[in-house]
Amino acid sequence: MLAFLVSAIRLGMTFLLGSTGETITEKSGHLNLGTPGVMCVGAACGCYAEYLYFKAVGVFGINPVVAVILPILATLIGSALMGVIFCFLTVTLRVNQNVTGLALTTFGVGVSDFLIANTTPIFSKGSKYFTAHLSFADDLGWFGQIFFSHGILIYLAIIIALLSAFVLNKTKIGLHLRAVGENPATADAAGISVSKYRYAATCIGCGISGLGGLSFIMDYLNGNWEYCIDAIGWLAIALVIFTVWKPNLAIIGSIIFGALYIVSTYIQGFAIETKEIFKMLPYIVTVIVLLFTSIRDSKNSQPPQSLGLNYFREER
Amino acid sequence: MNSSNNIALECRNITKTFGSVVANKNVNLSVKKGEILSILGENGSGKTTLMNMISGIYFPDEGSILVDGKEVTIRSPKDAFDLKIGMIHQHFKLVDVFSGTENIVLGMRNKKFNIKKAYQEIKETCDKYGFEIDLNKKIYDLSVSEKQTIEIVKVIYKGADILILDEPTAVLTPQEITKLFNVLRKMRDDGKAIIIITHKLNEVLEISDRVSVLRKGEYIGTVETKNATEQSLTEMMVGEKISLDIERSEPKNSVDRLIVKGVDCFNSDGIKVLDDISFTAKSGEILGIAGISGSGQRELLEAIAGLQKLSGGEVIYHDPKTDKEENLRNKTPIEIRNLGVRLSFVPEDRLGMGLVGNMGITDNMMLRSYKKGKSFFLQKREPKKLANKIIEDLKVVTPDANTPVRRLSGGNVQKVLVGREIAASPTVLMAAYPVRGLDINSSYTIYNLLTEQKEKGVAVIFVGEDLDVLIDLCDRILVLSGGRVTGIVDGRTTKKEELGLLMTKTKQGKEND
Amino acid sequence: MAKAENKTRSPLFHIVKREPLPWYGALGVRAGAIVIALLLSAVVIMLLTQKNPIEIYKAMFEGAFGSSNRIWNLLQQLSMLLCVSLAVTPAFKMKFWNIGAEGQVLVGGLATVSVMMFFGDKMSLPVLLITMIAASIFAGIIWALLPAVAKALWNTNETLFTLMMNYVAIQLIAYFLKKFVKSGSGVLTPMPEYGLPILADKPYLLNIIIVAVLTIMVYIYLKYSKQGYEISVVGESENTAKYIGINVKKVIIRTLIISGALCGIAGLLLVGGTDHTISTTTAGGRGFTAIMVSWLAKFNPIVMVLTSFIIVFLERGAEQVSSQFRISSSISDIVTGIILFFIIGCEFFLQYKIVFSKHRKENE
Repeated sequence: MLAFLVSAIRLGMTFLLGSTGETITEKSGHLNLGTPGVMCVGAACGCYAEYLYFKAVGVFGINPVVAVILPILATLIGSALMGVIFCFLTVTLRVNQNVTGLALTTFGVGVSDFLIANTTPIFSKGSKYFTAHLSFADDLGWFGQIFFSHGILIYLAIIIALLSAFVLNKTKIGLHLRAVGENPATADAAGISVSKYRYAATCIGCGISGLGGLSFIMDYLNGNWEYCIDAIGWLAIALVIFTVWKPNLAIIGSIIFGALYIVSTYIQGFAIETKEIFKMLPYIVTVIVLLFTSIRDSKNSQPPQSLGLNYFREER
Repeated sequence: MNSSNNIALECRNITKTFGSVVANKNVNLSVKKGEILSILGENGSGKTTLMNMISGIYFPDEGSILVDGKEVTIRSPKDAFDLKIGMIHQHFKLVDVFSGTENIVLGMRNKKFNIKKAYQEIKETCDKYGFEIDLNKKIYDLSVSEKQTIEIVKVIYKGADILILDEPTAVLTPQEITKLFNVLRKMRDDGKAIIIITHKLNEVLEISDRVSVLRKGEYIGTVETKNATEQSLTEMMVGEKISLDIERSEPKNSVDRLIVKGVDCFNSDGIKVLDDISFTAKSGEILGIAGISGSGQRELLEAIAGLQKLSGGEVIYHDPKTDKEENLRNKTPIEIRNLGVRLSFVPEDRLGMGLVGNMGITDNMMLRSYKKGKSFFLQKREPKKLANKIIEDLKVVTPDANTPVRRLSGGNVQKVLVGREIAASPTVLMAAYPVRGLDINSSYTIYNLLTEQKEKGVAVIFVGEDLDVLIDLCDRILVLSGGRVTGIVDGRTTKKEELGLLMTKTKQGKEND
Repeated sequence: MAKAENKTRSPLFHIVKREPLPWYGALGVRAGAIVIALLLSAVVIMLLTQKNPIEIYKAMFEGAFGSSNRIWNLLQQLSMLLCVSLAVTPAFKMKFWNIGAEGQVLVGGLATVSVMMFFGDKMSLPVLLITMIAASIFAGIIWALLPAVAKALWNTNETLFTLMMNYVAIQLIAYFLKKFVKSGSGVLTPMPEYGLPILADKPYLLNIIIVAVLTIMVYIYLKYSKQGYEISVVGESENTAKYIGINVKKVIIRTLIISGALCGIAGLLLVGGTDHTISTTTAGGRGFTAIMVSWLAKFNPIVMVLTSFIIVFLERGAEQVSSQFRISSSISDIVTGIILFFIIGCEFFLQYKIVFSKHRKENE
């Protein structure tokens, strides 16, 4: 049970990073269906940087801090660049967001596979540094297991989610960003640059989503590369809807998603096929949430009003 | 306050043209601190254009704007803001899911963001002027008047000293108007300069200190309100009657075709847009509908056409063939057509409603007729013939019948639309602002088409904004004001002043039909 | 005044909507975009692999057209992608973002394979075939109908709903494979004996013919039928649709039934006519690629033959490149991605033009 919970949290935080990034993006009015590709690229850039670093310094020259910071930076840069591509097409060139996002996913999966194909796709050495945790966690029994046994990315995920929730709801930047996603014409009239906010939010959002990809490989899979990060990406998008665009809710939501995803392996007595039904549950509950919010038509849990729509001032 | 630097805002010889249309010509205007100035004018008289130049949306071609006696350049809403000019638009610019406070602080600069502190400050502003509003409520929970209050508070909180209100009373109930006026007076007493655009004469007389009148883009003059009467203002607003030389025949064999009885209608915001409307449209005559824009004209036509849900009243159609009467109330357009009612409707929004902009003329002809016949497939031959006939008869300028109508000029678009509606050989033809944006020649084409239909025995309903045209074209003119009928007059005997007064009347008047 | 003056800055250019280009102009811009994209891809490939790009393009061509087998393969892939693209097109034309074609195809395939598995030995071949067709179409319709009804009744966001339905379908297949494959391997042995008939000894010929017929049918449906006309009107302007009395809800549901049915047929062809088995990757991302195919072709089924050809050619060619030069097959996705970005991006230049400011008054 304990192992299950710990595992659910670890996987959940991958979803959390992905969904927090996508939430920030969507709050600006961008429906980025390229998030799966972004997460792939994020993971690949981080792993590739780690690979290059280890190759450069050799086994004995590894500095644990660099071994963690460097991949994180590479991930952020790589996935933010994906955000730049998305914004250039949708904001500057005003192309349809859905089509751009899907092309970005194709591209991102290709780029990540290509990068990884040039490495030995096992990063367990690097993963050690990511999953390293405070030693006293082991002394605290179940409490320590649940709260202190995790690697740095897990805590980073929670911090980012809380910080995002704070910035979105309590700060001026967050207010302006939400205005841009809800009603860009009003934001424009109030002197807020819609383009700047959309570029910034999407690139930052992509950076955070990218970290989710890195977390999946380096933390949850202990450094064993798997070519299925895009599936995680779609779940992250589902999580955004499931938690009705609220990053703080997403902390709980992501653990639920993580638990649903792996529950069948931990509970005895289920037939092997039941596992797949459990994996289906995150999507089904998301659909139910989506239906429920649209039927109830509560204005507080709706998608940002201009989600998926590009804004050009002349066509007001 | 001494009088020499008392003037808050002054416009000198402002001219603005859009293409060949002169929207403002040598307009002069000034508003003092601690004064309420009304701007009066018919639709298209250039009021909104002028205000848009003051608030930085347009830039004047000629002339200068002075704030506090100094010449200024206003190139964007931000510039206007820096000069402490705040505009309250007719269409609110608010984010629905934000609270009042959040909307008010949106876009604020150079201030440390503290929503609690901002809330306190805004609350103080509200108390000072007597606004009663819950700032924590989300906009979607607010009524229209509350939304307007938020807009006003927003402008004041951001430090505006010159306030421009574009038809602020159009959406308010009488009680709310009283409240608004009290607030405006308080702000005036606080030394703010207030410009208010309104069509309602009684309100002009009630609230303002001075009135400036615009007519067809030109500045007519400014008078002290205490020296003005409804009569004198109307004369300034509508000007001399200009004869247009439209041939008007006497109605023949007129019978009642469409009888509207006590129709009520609410819009999606829950505002009563049609209030106890009753009239009769007769065959073989043109019934004009006059009124300030937004007085319920669009809703009335849409209600008859089956596009608006009525909350009360009846629309009775008298069928000339069967001599039967049908109630059209709350029937869909298809149900109305299936009853055999030949009702044609030229809506105000030509490309957004009447036509599909990306389709060619032929395809647009099919909008009305495509369902005919049992075939699964479209019958293109008839529409194609019709398209070519309209192109030829009405001299539509187009490369061919398949060019998207979006690419045609306004006049040609309208010819296509009116041509299609007439081709259905209607018994009732409704046209909303059919000559808006059209040049003289196209306008006359449309007038002639309407007259032709009338002579064929069609009951024509014409919603217009140019009073000269209404008087010269229509047999009878119904005047709407604030969703009510304020009068039905004879087109042959009425005067512009009479229409002007009826249009600006707020309470129901006697029908002098 | 000085204050206001300082804050004024005139943009170097502004963007205005342009009159539509003549067809050769539009074609030129698109062709130009593809050429630039190919050049850029060449540079990228060269940088990544240190191989001569001309060699690579030659290999791509080889991969696509090198032998009659390859050409058959190309045509098969083309027809499958085209079939899914045809399916999503009516919905898109109505501005209903059905990005759930992947799932709709998969459930169509699942229905087919279920019939093959459970009734294959119990029915005569014609009855079996009819059952397969009916089941696949029915399954596709159900998967498309749920989001359509929700959209019509409660205006539920269809992009998100259809997206989620994809993964429900994938998991459904995973469940099916775990449950009914006795060996536990999760791989279902193909059952060609219950597949669609093979024409003239060419295994893919029937698929290709069916899709060709469907292409023409969808083209005619959209362009010449009354229902197709209603789809266009609803897609262009819901206000106009209401004005002439079209029941918008009915049109949404009816169109998605067609969309789902076509996806079901795609599933039938992929399972019954190609693989004779099913896996979670049977649809192979076509549900997503189809969206781009359809959008790039401006929802014209005939043009879609060309756009899906471009994409399939890139895929097949890149596969050859990766095996011939021993580089990762992912190069295909990268090149496809780059070319898609350019084709998508060039739409901007078809709709807008950049006007450089002459005088400062035009500011903002």
